[in-house]
Amino acid sequence: MLERIGYNVLQILVVLTLAPLVEGVAERLKEVVQSKRGPSIFQVYRDIWKLLHKDEIISDRSSWIFRAAPYVAFVSPVLVALLIPVLTQYPLFFAFMGDMLAGGFVLALGSFFTTLAAVDAANPYGPMGASRTRMVGFLAEPVFIVVFLTVSFVAGSTIPYIVQGRWVEPIANFFEPSHVLLMIAFLMLILAEDGRIPVDNPSGQFELAMIDHSKSLEYSGRGAALMKWAGAMKFFVLVCIFLNVLVTPWGLAANTRLGSVLLAVPLISLKIFIFILILVCIESSLAKLRLFRITEFMGAAFVISVVAMITRLSEI
Amino acid sequence: MGEVILPVIPAFDALTGALFLLTALGVVATRQVLTSLHLFIMQSLLLTTSAVLIAIALHSEHLLVVAAITIATKTIMIPWLLRRTVGAEVYRTREIERVLNIPSSLLLAAGLIVAAYVVANPILNTVQIAFANINLPIGIAAMFLGAFTIVVRREAVPQLLGLLAVENGVFFAGVAIVPDLPVIAELAAAVDVPVIALVVGLLMRQIQRRVGTTAVGHMSALREG
Repeated sequence: MLERIGYNVLQILVVLTLAPLVEGVAERLKEVVQSKRGPSIFQVYRDIWKLLHKDEIISDRSSWIFRAAPYVAFVSPVLVALLIPVLTQYPLFFAFMGDMLAGGFVLALGSFFTTLAAVDAANPYGPMGASRTRMVGFLAEPVFIVVFLTVSFVAGSTIPYIVQGRWVEPIANFFEPSHVLLMIAFLMLILAEDGRIPVDNPSGQFELAMIDHSKSLEYSGRGAALMKWAGAMKFFVLVCIFLNVLVTPWGLAANTRLGSVLLAVPLISLKIFIFILILVCIESSLAKLRLFRITEFMGAAFVISVVAMITRLSEI
Repeated sequence: MGEVILPVIPAFDALTGALFLLTALGVVATRQVLTSLHLFIMQSLLLTTSAVLIAIALHSEHLLVVAAITIATKTIMIPWLLRRTVGAEVYRTREIERVLNIPSSLLLAAGLIVAAYVVANPILNTVQIAFANINLPIGIAAMFLGAFTIVVRREAVPQLLGLLAVENGVFFAGVAIVPDLPVIAELAAAVDVPVIALVVGLLMRQIQRRVGTTAVGHMSALREG
């Protein structure tokens, strides 16, 4: 039992340390696609380090929410990392603390607090970004629920560890139409939730067009570092759910030996790297949607997930 | 060899069916006329794939003929004919106004897919044919979605593509239900489809020359001269 708690802590450490790297690699690759050199892949670590050593300025008009939000945003992906399979195939100690729905709610709590904080600071751009994020959020919610319900219907369980094996038991299951459609719908959900290109431009510097990033404009110093780190971890956690639960449950540690658990780290890094390559292709080949086209994008995701559910329920 | 690949074929056919359904949804929802033509071509290719898969599984040469006919007419002849008759400027148009906006038409489309499964269920209970449980509901759904495209869009080229998508849906269901239809029937259908495209294409060119637009949805009201 002590071993499983240890692996759970290791899992959190992996999420904490690898998340900025994933972000950095994605940034670098995007620049490379555009024939630029791009920042170093370790740039995100340097940014976080620099911000941690700077003074923090907090408006004396803001309430406790503004001060608490970075910590809530930082802790929520860490909590979710306890629940999902990052390194191992078998459930770890805290896995039964909550199911996939709980994970979704914990992530939603983090973004709820950042939204409140953006409104609290009364920077004109903050509330605008906050209301836009809420718009994308409530459009993404039904997709998440339908994907979640279909997946747990298939596996007969809502614990992500039990769900993952189901898609590859006989390999023919991988090509089930419901599985393929769910993958597409969840990929669109990740693009929307993380503010990636067809929905939002993560590297955009223009405040009026921002959706996700205008919420953390008011933060400086430690708060900004935590928000940046939290954003990277949220992306990492979502990608882990996508890859380890829905798409490719291979490469995870099957037994409790320390060596195989450590071996899983490079293997999942490889999987995430391949995923980032695909993501960079998507981001480089699409244009950002106008704000009111986002409903169409999320509507398409919702219909795809509903079709996945129908094909699943009618047993084909 | 047949024993090894047989269990995988239904899975691949189901995957083809899922993508077929997605392209049908795409024809309903995309704004760019050229994109919906590309989606239609993809749908025809998926129909071909399904026909070939079933042909391999059931050892039916007729279906290979169907596949060849589909490739020749729908992915080569129809785009060529449309380009010749309608002209390139129609392809560049983008449909601004539709009868329903895109999210609500997508939601209705999801309802139509559910309806297709409901309709197909009693038929599936009476006939026991391999692959029918995959191809029949998806084919019916594609028929519905094609008809829905004709209703919901106002631009002439997407309406034609909706009509052709109905035809694709019929074939998609048909290859599973009747794996050995006489080739003469397939050939007759194969000749019909380009003729439809040709006639509608010429009509569209005439409309565009007279009215200056191909947004035929606006021409429902009669105006006294």
